[in-house]
Amino acid sequence: MGEVTLSIFRGDSSGGDFVEYKVEVEEGQVVLDVVHTIQATQANDLAVRWNCKAGKCGSCSAEVNGHPRLLCMTRMNLFPEGEPISVAPIKTFPLVKDLVTDVSFNYEVAKEIPAFKARDPESGGGYRLQQMDVERGQEFRKCIECFLCQDVCHVIRDHPDNKEQFYGPRFFVRLAELEMHPLDTVDRTDLIRKAAGIGMCNITKCCTEVCPEDIHITDNAIIPLKERVADEFYDPFRWIFRKLSGK
Amino acid sequence: MSEFETHEYDVLIIGAGGAGLRAAVEASAQGVKTALVCKSLLGKAHTVMAEGGIAAALGNIYEEDNWKVHFRDTMRGGKMLNNWRMAQLHAQEAPDRVYELETWGALFDRTKEGKISQRPFGGHRFDRLAHVGDRTGLEMIRTLQQHAVHKGINVFMETTISKLIKDGDRISGAVGYVRESGDIIVFQAKAVVLATGGIGKAYQITSNSWEYTGDGHSLAYWAGADLIDMEFVQFHPTGMVWPPSVRGILVTEGVRGDGGTLRNSENERFMFNYIPEFFESETADTEEEADRWYEDKVNNRRTPDLLPRDEVARAINAEVKAGRGSPHGGVFLDIATRQPADYIRRRLPSMYHQFKKLADVDITAESMEVGPTCHYVMGGVRVDADTGASTVTGLFAAGECAGGMHGANRLGGNSLSDLLVFGRRAGLSAAQYAQGLSSVPALDEGEVKDVVADMLGHFDRDGSENPYTVQQDLQETMQKLVGIIRQESELKEAIEKITVLKDRAGNTGVEGNRQYNPGWHLAIDLRSLLTVSEATAKAALERKESRGAHTRDDYPKPEEEFEKVNVVIKETPEGEMSVAQEPLPQMPDELQKVFEEAAI
Repeated sequence: MGEVTLSIFRGDSSGGDFVEYKVEVEEGQVVLDVVHTIQATQANDLAVRWNCKAGKCGSCSAEVNGHPRLLCMTRMNLFPEGEPISVAPIKTFPLVKDLVTDVSFNYEVAKEIPAFKARDPESGGGYRLQQMDVERGQEFRKCIECFLCQDVCHVIRDHPDNKEQFYGPRFFVRLAELEMHPLDTVDRTDLIRKAAGIGMCNITKCCTEVCPEDIHITDNAIIPLKERVADEFYDPFRWIFRKLSGK
Repeated sequence: MSEFETHEYDVLIIGAGGAGLRAAVEASAQGVKTALVCKSLLGKAHTVMAEGGIAAALGNIYEEDNWKVHFRDTMRGGKMLNNWRMAQLHAQEAPDRVYELETWGALFDRTKEGKISQRPFGGHRFDRLAHVGDRTGLEMIRTLQQHAVHKGINVFMETTISKLIKDGDRISGAVGYVRESGDIIVFQAKAVVLATGGIGKAYQITSNSWEYTGDGHSLAYWAGADLIDMEFVQFHPTGMVWPPSVRGILVTEGVRGDGGTLRNSENERFMFNYIPEFFESETADTEEEADRWYEDKVNNRRTPDLLPRDEVARAINAEVKAGRGSPHGGVFLDIATRQPADYIRRRLPSMYHQFKKLADVDITAESMEVGPTCHYVMGGVRVDADTGASTVTGLFAAGECAGGMHGANRLGGNSLSDLLVFGRRAGLSAAQYAQGLSSVPALDEGEVKDVVADMLGHFDRDGSENPYTVQQDLQETMQKLVGIIRQESELKEAIEKITVLKDRAGNTGVEGNRQYNPGWHLAIDLRSLLTVSEATAKAALERKESRGAHTRDDYPKPEEEFEKVNVVIKETPEGEMSVAQEPLPQMPDELQKVFEEAAI
């Protein structure tokens, strides 16, 4: 491919700017390869998170030319030759340094979600489940926690304060997985409505578009959760029942 | 002198892949104060990349399967060099560990009867791997992670331990740094469990991530523990070879388990030419029988495409050398002509995705090009089979950084089960050991300060060496001289080069400050990388024979004198690396009988 120019954000919470690096690119390389070349030859202290380099761990999320992507799955030949390519940290989370952000919010939310609790095993041990029944949950469990969906969700991207009352798409996927798990026994509907703040999602599908695992976040996770909440809390018959029974 | 925080725990677990997480769950269940330290974010450890499945004799596909057959397969796969007791415990306990994951929320693929599905894999007599498509590792780590976060375990993410501290003969803590801030962190702990994984970053072509720098191996070695079997490094036969930037990325053995075959440039299924005598009686010698085997494993013998990994990697190496390789220096792996496209996409979704995205290859229509990639180290910390205790009091090890379980070669699928079985055992034993201590071992402040000064020293040095260049030179040395095929002169040359690289590593300069500085992290990691590289080269020089994953050009056959010995690496009081041969623990008669009966 020859020489390309990568414009990488360098800086920390106190500020920073884009720095241009010129670098030779080999056939088949992905953006992460080029970032590594720069790190090894021009900027040893350039901070970037990565692990598997095969789209399986979800560590190397960043914004390439403004689009949220995994650096390890973004081929260099995707970009027009001769133009600089910008690489910036994901915006929704506080910057630590260069391309690394503080994603601890996600780990805090994960702790708030009540744990999975399986029903008792069948006589003779284990469970009999049909493939069809596990497949629904398997779609959600493909999630590699790259947090790109969190990055593009404008509820928290444009309004950081909303993180107090909104879990974000990653955790709607997690909640949907638990709610539809064929073995789980815990009811989390109240949490989905209140603490998780599902009502704030207005279904713009930005999360679905960026998911590298092609999880249908909006259609298969968020909308069914909204329906469950509506059924339980806004169904007029249930509302009357709740009033009368005091529940 | 830098300030640092000191944290006090009963059990400190280093590494949060499958073994570390399972150990943490078990230790905290005993009611001891447990900390889990990991180099990356939680859930990103190498376990996440495991594809094929968890080997466990559930008997869901073939009722004939049981722990005895699994035990026998494991020992034979390891060329009988395995610690027999570990192989026994592993085969016996793996099914419980799999069912346990299910009660913690894992969603395995199912059989028609609704049981956990199992897929065939190399060296396993029956379909044995519980799996979720080809992303089983992700399912396992997520299940453990989600289970662990509610157990009151304190997790220290993106934190690297660089030295263990002892009080006399026993472990008393550890010193490291926090990546994000660059702050020094000190742990005072009654017991330490190492679960740090492997050493693959010592090689150029590897399926392993940056984390795999042999930290646990080195921490144990520096603390005075024994390492065994370090000469056995597994080269997985099928890594991607093209384009250059993806060279080494893993292609799951599940491709062959699901019907894929290896072919050379003459379109020949060449594995039929590489059936070793040791496996002759259980391997199909015609294509017809091999193809029937996929449907009926009781009445047919296994396809040679699924010989253990050491055999297949050597065969591919030989085909390429003989000029029958693929255009980019590998061989062809074909599943496109063997299975319908929708079957391939369903069974191997991430392989489909990976080739499509990274190599512009549609595996449902074309062959893949594959070649060997450094994947796993069989060698590790010498442990007691039942407890995971190392030869240093208070220090335990589990998973890839522990040695013995897999002998001279690991079977696919036996790693994930190893993590669960021995992670649990190490966590339990470490907790019990900690509970039994009447006093907290003392942390020698002087020693801690020395370690801290050493870590920070990289910033003061006016070093001219770039840590990345040193690492690349080491990787090239290991790849060329301590790779799949070895010989004395090259191993000696490697040891000399490693000595020079050690000096260069001591002279590495670091730019920038302490905050999230990968150059500094690598400068520190180089110490462990160089230690495990030296151990591998020296152990490989010592074993003058070919066995399992260790192949010597100058000693091409297995030799009787090495049949029953482990090569043991240890640091002498003078700081030198000693290499010795010690007798392998011998299987008791009743187990020997089980072994023979399982052959029928």
